[in-house]
Formats: sequence, structure tokens, C-alpha cells
Amino acid sequence: MDIVLEVKNLTMNFGGIKALDRVCLEIRKNQIVALIGPNGAGKTTLFNCLTGIYTPSEGDIIVHMAQGKSRRINGMKINQITKLGLARTFQNIRLFGGMTVLENVMTGRHCRTHSGITGAIFRPKSTRDEEKAIVNDSYRILEYIGLTAYVNELARNLPYGAQRRLEIARALACDPQILLLDEPAAGMNSQETRELEQLIIRLWEEHHLSILLIEHDMKLVMNLAQNIFVLDYGEEIARGTPAEITSNPIVIEAYLGVQNDAQVN
Amino acid sequence: MKFVEEFKKSFFISLGLILLTFPIMVIQVNTIENVVVWRWRNLIFVGLGGFILSFFWLLFQKKKGDAIAQAPAGHSRLHRIMDEPRLYRPALIIIAFCALIFPFVFSHYQVNIMTTALIYVMLGLGLNIEVGLAGLLDLGYVAFYAVGAYSYALLNYHFGLGFWSALPVGACLAAFAGILVGFPVLRLRGDYLAIVTLAFAEIIRLVLENWNEFSFGPSGISNIPRPGFFGIKLTPEQSAIYMYFLLILMCIFTIFVIHRLQHSRIGRAWVALREDELACQAMGIDKTKAKLAAFALGATWAGMAGVLFAAKTTFINPASFTFLESAMILSIVVLGGMGSVVGVVIAALALILIPEYLRVFSDYRMLLFGAALIIMMVFRPQGILADRRKKYEFHKLQSGEGN
Repeated sequence: MDIVLEVKNLTMNFGGIKALDRVCLEIRKNQIVALIGPNGAGKTTLFNCLTGIYTPSEGDIIVHMAQGKSRRINGMKINQITKLGLARTFQNIRLFGGMTVLENVMTGRHCRTHSGITGAIFRPKSTRDEEKAIVNDSYRILEYIGLTAYVNELARNLPYGAQRRLEIARALACDPQILLLDEPAAGMNSQETRELEQLIIRLWEEHHLSILLIEHDMKLVMNLAQNIFVLDYGEEIARGTPAEITSNPIVIEAYLGVQNDAQVN
Repeated sequence: MKFVEEFKKSFFISLGLILLTFPIMVIQVNTIENVVVWRWRNLIFVGLGGFILSFFWLLFQKKKGDAIAQAPAGHSRLHRIMDEPRLYRPALIIIAFCALIFPFVFSHYQVNIMTTALIYVMLGLGLNIEVGLAGLLDLGYVAFYAVGAYSYALLNYHFGLGFWSALPVGACLAAFAGILVGFPVLRLRGDYLAIVTLAFAEIIRLVLENWNEFSFGPSGISNIPRPGFFGIKLTPEQSAIYMYFLLILMCIFTIFVIHRLQHSRIGRAWVALREDELACQAMGIDKTKAKLAAFALGATWAGMAGVLFAAKTTFINPASFTFLESAMILSIVVLGGMGSVVGVVIAALALILIPEYLRVFSDYRMLLFGAALIIMMVFRPQGILADRRKKYEFHKLQSGEGN
């Protein structure tokens, strides 16, 4: 299988603090990779480096695109990275609260559409067609995620679980190759988590997405991930399949805790 | 009894008010005759007044609470009218008819006031792009207005440029000024942006006031020609009517453009930028472009309004472009409802016309105006007409048709 995202010796310094220290990571095509570790291990920092919010101090982030081209994305702007095919959700939900659910997803289509100010004012046929396509595509995504009941609802009025799913819908609207999910199950009850699990599996099976997942819910991680990376204090302490990770003494020591606690989780 | 609670409450409120105001309302020391005058009558007035006011206030609050419990949020009466074509179409026709006959029914003075109000409608709608849609708090909007006005005045003075050629030039120069301010403030938002734009407006005003060779300083520029009407010489009255219709057309044009922008790809990008800057960028929206576009477009309208203003008054000087004007335009946007076109139009007309007609109260004019603003903000913090997002209807499940 071919690698779609490659992180080499990524280091991120904040002043004197090394949030990430020579982290390496690969994601293959159509693979679900999980990133786990205790709070403050640098998982979200890694996400922010990948999506251009932070510019890494050292190291390379390379995206291998479908046409066989490779791009080093360090220091690129956030919107450029999204256009290359990396879309993300946020740990603390960052929806456009004052916009409707549909508009949130329509905004996600922005990077795949083109009409500008003159198009908006004169509204030629190309713009009208594009606008129609945006609406239809967005609606289809909402159908897929199962949010059609809320189409015209303001995003901030949605129940919590629906907001989390809307974040995923919005990210999908960017037509990503790689989907980065930052704690998608945080705050969900077990029913919602199961639904989320089904959704991620469907995305993986039907859309052949590569998914990088940060999650604390170990059951979800173990069910979904084919490959797990464990971070602690900004360093990678282990990598491997779920079975390898659960039996790795270093991971148990640093994060999972003794066997009994892991079971409870 | 239904109102026992309110009755009791307001009784004690009036009692408290009597005690509080006793020293100033009842006791009066006559320093000439060295006697204390007890004005017991005032006691009754204060008590009764306080009681009646607080009683109705409490009743109103109670009623309001009930109403909120019943009505779904975000649907005001105006919204319901606007949703119903059978109601809003005749309303629009009536408004259009009134606008049409207005200059022929009312005096020259009234037409002039209305024209000024319409300039503010344009300014409000322009600023609405920046503040209401893109969420860029601009306290220096008047700078672009000044750029437009001085463009026409100076181009006319030096090169004899007419109104119709100055209008696009003024708009372009203002848009350029918008981009000029936009670049350095790209990283700023909220209060910081407000401060920088405020400073920019002051710089423009001070330059205009002090650079005598360029802008003729505080004495300003006079004899700016009114817009030509196919070369026909117009009397001042006719010209005022002409100006009025010109502004009506410009306002319709503005509303048309802004309405289209609002529900377009770029409009959504602006709203997304307002809602969450980081998430907006993560959706692939170029923050730089979106912000500059908002600044440039907002400024374009201020520029056009400036040209129209210069043509209307035929005289401009820096005193017309003070911070007070910026504050006024911003109040129009906030009062009308951020992002709402109809709300801003209503607010602009109200804010300009009310002080004009309150001239009867001369000294208390601004006082009443301020009180009206405060009351408005207490009861309707979302503005006269809150912005509502477009609703889409989907008939069939598979081929959803945007409506």
C-alpha cells in the first residue's frame, strides 16, 4: 500500500518547551491510524502542525497525492493545505454557530469552487450552476451523515452529538484524501459513540479515506485503528497494531494503566 | 387579584424613590430669606409617578416573559410579514409609491433631509458588509466616505471632472483606500482592529484639515457642481428632487448587490470568517482575500456615498468626516441588526430622521436620541431586525433543489 502522509522528524518548539520531539508517522492509503497518549502529549500540536496552524520548527510533512506528486507542506497556509486534501475537525467544536447546518457544509465546499465577487453580483450561468451543485453536494453529505432533519437549523442550536457529526460533514465537504479527527467521540454517550464508529467505518469502506484519529476512548480506537502511534511528552513511545499496543509495557506504564483500568475504558 | 404582586412591588419602589429624592425634591433652602421650604406636593408627584411607571414596567416585563415563552425564538412580527408574499408585496408597492410621490408632496426641506437619510442608508449597508457580514469592526468607516467626497471635489476642482465620471473614480479610490487599510490590519480582529481603523480615520481627517495645499484645510472646497441632468440647467428645487431620485436608485442598486453577495460563495466565506476565523481557514477559505474583499467592497460604497454627498451639499470640509459620523453609521448597523439589509435600512432612516424631526425639542434632542438608543438596545439587543439565514427547501430526497 502506498503512503499518503509522511511525517519525518517533526519537532515543534514553543520557547524552550519541546511539544513535539522528532516525531515520525506514516499514514497509508485507506488506512485508519490512531494517535493516542496522555493529555499534553502533543497530539493536538501534531494536528495543528499537519494542518498549518503551527509551522513546525524542524522536520518534514509530506503529502503524497493521487497523481504520484509529493508536496512538502511545512509552512504552507491553512487553506492551501485543506485544498491539497487534508481536512480536519476540532477537539473543541468550532462550527459556524450563526449559520445553518446546510450553510456550514456549503462553506466546506468553498475550496472546491471558484466563483468570486463579480460572479456573485452578476450571477452568470456558471455561478448559478456552481451554486446549485454546492447545495446538492452539501445536502448529499448531510444525508450521508444523517443530519437532514436539521438542514435549516442554526448550527449552534444543534444537540451536542449532532454538532460533532456536523463537524465531520463539513470536513467531508472539502473532498479530503486524509481526514483528521481530533477527539470526535469526546463527550458522547456510548450510543453516540457506536454510531460514530459506524460512520467512520463507512467512510473508510465506501470513500476509501485515510483517517488519522486522536481519541481517548480506547474501545473505539482498538475497534477502528489498523495502526496506532503512542505519544508521550512529545515523543513517540510506541507504534503498532492494536494488539501490540495493548500488550506493550511502556504504553501501559505511560498511558493505558494497569490491565483492569484498560478494561474499564 | 391578578396584579397583587406587581402592585406590592411598585408600591415599595415608589416608597424607596420618595425617600431617595426627599432631600432634593421636597426640601428647598431659600438662601435669601434663610428659610426652609417644604414642598410636600412634590412628594405626592414623585410617589405617584414612580408607582405608575414601575407598575407598568413590571406588567410589561411580565407580558414580555409570557410572550417569549410562547413565540418561537428569532421570529419577530416583521419577519413573519417578510416571509409572506401576500403581505410583503403590497407593502413594497406602497413603499415604492410613497417614495415616488414623496418629493412632490413634501417641501424642499423635507426632500433634502430624506436625501441625507438615503446617503446614510448607503453608508449603513456598505459598513454592513464589513461589520455585519465579515465581522470586521471598523470604527473608521468615515475615512472612506471622506476619500469619496474629496475625490470628486478635488478632481472637479483640478481637472473639471463631472459627477458621473467621478462616481466610479471615487468608488475605486475608496476601494483602494480600503485595501490599503486592510493590509496592515489583516492579523488584527475585534477591539484591536477597531482601534487601528479609528486611527486611520483620524489620520485622514487630520491630513485633510492641515494639508492646505492639497485639500484647502478647514475651509474646505465649495462650488462643487451638482450632478448634471443631460445638460439641462436645474433650479435648486429640481436639483434636490433629482438628487433624491438618484439616491433612491443608488440605494436600490446597493440593496440588490448586497443581497446577492450575502447568499453567495463569498458571502458565506465572510460569515464563516465572522463566526470562527480558524475554522474558516480550515475550510480552505483564504482569510487574506476574504478580508481584503470585505474592506474593499465596504469602502466602495462609502466612496460612492461620499461622491453623492459632495454633489448634494456642493461644499465639503473635514468637519463632515469626524468620528461622530463613524459612530453614527456603526449605530445604524448595530441598531438595524448585524447583517440584515432591511433592518439597516429602517435603522438608517430612523436614526437620521428622528433627530431631524426632534428639532422641536432642540436642547433635549440628543438626550432623547440617546435614551431611544439605550431603550432599543435593552429590549432588542439583536437589532430591529436580526439577520436570518437563508432557508433551503428540498423536495425530493435525491435531487435536492435549492430554493
